[in-house]
Amino acid sequence: MRAVITVVGKDTVGILAKVSTFCASHNVSITDVTQTVLQDMFCMIMICDTKDLNCPFGEFVDEADKIGADNGLSVRVMHEDIFNSMHRI
Amino acid sequence: MIETKDILETIQMIQDEHLDIRTTTMGISLIDCIDADINKAAVKVYDKITAYAEKLVPTAEQIEKELGIPIINKRIAVTPIAMLCGACPSSDPIKFAYALEKAANEVGVNFIGGYSALVQKGFANGDYSLIESIPRAMAETNHICSSVNIGSTKAGINMDAVKKMGVIVKQTAELTKDRDCIGAAKLVVLCNAPEDNPFMAGAFHGVGEPDCVINVGVSGPGVVRAAIAKAPDNATVNDIADLIRRTAFKITRMGQLVAQEASKRLCVPFGIVDLSLAPTPAVGDSVAHILEEMGLSQCGSAGTTACLAMLNDAVKKGGVMASSHVGGLSGAFIPVTEDAGMIDAARSGCLTIEKLEAMTSVCSVGLDMINIPGDTSAEVISAIIADEAAIGMINSKTTAVRVIPAIGKKAGEELQFGGLLGGGPVMKVNTADPSKFIHRGGRIPAPIQSLKN
Repeated sequence: MRAVITVVGKDTVGILAKVSTFCASHNVSITDVTQTVLQDMFCMIMICDTKDLNCPFGEFVDEADKIGADNGLSVRVMHEDIFNSMHRI
Repeated sequence: MIETKDILETIQMIQDEHLDIRTTTMGISLIDCIDADINKAAVKVYDKITAYAEKLVPTAEQIEKELGIPIINKRIAVTPIAMLCGACPSSDPIKFAYALEKAANEVGVNFIGGYSALVQKGFANGDYSLIESIPRAMAETNHICSSVNIGSTKAGINMDAVKKMGVIVKQTAELTKDRDCIGAAKLVVLCNAPEDNPFMAGAFHGVGEPDCVINVGVSGPGVVRAAIAKAPDNATVNDIADLIRRTAFKITRMGQLVAQEASKRLCVPFGIVDLSLAPTPAVGDSVAHILEEMGLSQCGSAGTTACLAMLNDAVKKGGVMASSHVGGLSGAFIPVTEDAGMIDAARSGCLTIEKLEAMTSVCSVGLDMINIPGDTSAEVISAIIADEAAIGMINSKTTAVRVIPAIGKKAGEELQFGGLLGGGPVMKVNTADPSKFIHRGGRIPAPIQSLKN
């Protein structure tokens, strides 16, 4: 299964490192990373493979949310199905 | 490969434009709970609901977390309780309301709908006693919603029931006058009620439905408004309709995904996706603002009915292709107290009940969440119900009346319910007396289905 991690907010030093370390600690492999600016906000998108995730998906989502809160950013983890169903026929 | 712009669009819809799944509603048949002893029947009702819906809330919360889509309400719709009352006609139906309330608290759902009676052609055993108990049931419970279907295109309009419901609506408000008359906000009078509607207060589990089913109601007025806002000023109405269709498609696909997941995880068949634009009082989540974004200075002005007709139709066209089964009410809701734009328009006097009535001939439901003066007579309320039912009956569509008589208050004062029910001004009602018509009783014959002019 693949998940999409989005980081939206003011750019801060080391945020990519923090999120990728967090993914590694949960055995989540990052397969693609893109960065862009959305309405003056920094926006990073990571596509991850969560098939070997070492904790329940819900816990992974909560921890990502906490990293976001600690750094003044919004960090969301969403299943790729939501994007496929909304944007693909 | 998922494209960046698609990911950002989805995130923006959820984060900034209030995109959500409004409700995941489990329909449960209570036909097998019928018993001549109401106490035994009430126990069966409680046991069946708590057994079937035990995992509804945690499962919906799990899906919410995994997909990253908010699911605002988890609800249950049951077989119209009047059918159970028929087997125990001498007992007080309120015992069923207590059993439903206890079950709602046990499984943690936001509402249970189905304290209902279907009387479009006449009263069966149990119907009348259930209707008489509605005011007490709404006052003594917090999670139960009630509906009464008083007309249909096939049967006509039961004017005896219309007369009765005017009195019941008023009594329901009276019994909850210390809580801003909130009881009446949980009671709706319907014509052509759909049997698979997941939205409250009109949700019930129809007799043609399976034993248990999952229905999902999507929302997203904010997303549609934002899409129209991005259109250039010289965009034609065709362009706007196309934008609405595309947006409705995306919203409905999300609803379909959630419905399928819920169905799979709960091992319950998937019923329908109800692709309704359901507003909330939050700023940016308003159907009125969509109409204003189309070019009206304020909702309620001339042109409102035309804009709403186009919106309602475009939502259906976009949504139908996105889901394998579309049903329920499907269209645009226009509840006044639940919609920030409608509240403003009602306060300023631009939006009147008469205009709302015209709008109900092209929207998906009817006169919804409208505060009316507390001294409005039961006959006037009955006549409002009759007018609205006539629009539904003739046009083969669902219409409804959910008015809240503001006991002790006059036009211009306000009622506040809080939460999704919102609050808003008491609107002026034409009080010219229709009593003679209402007291005639009887049944308006079913309309002819050809010679449609």
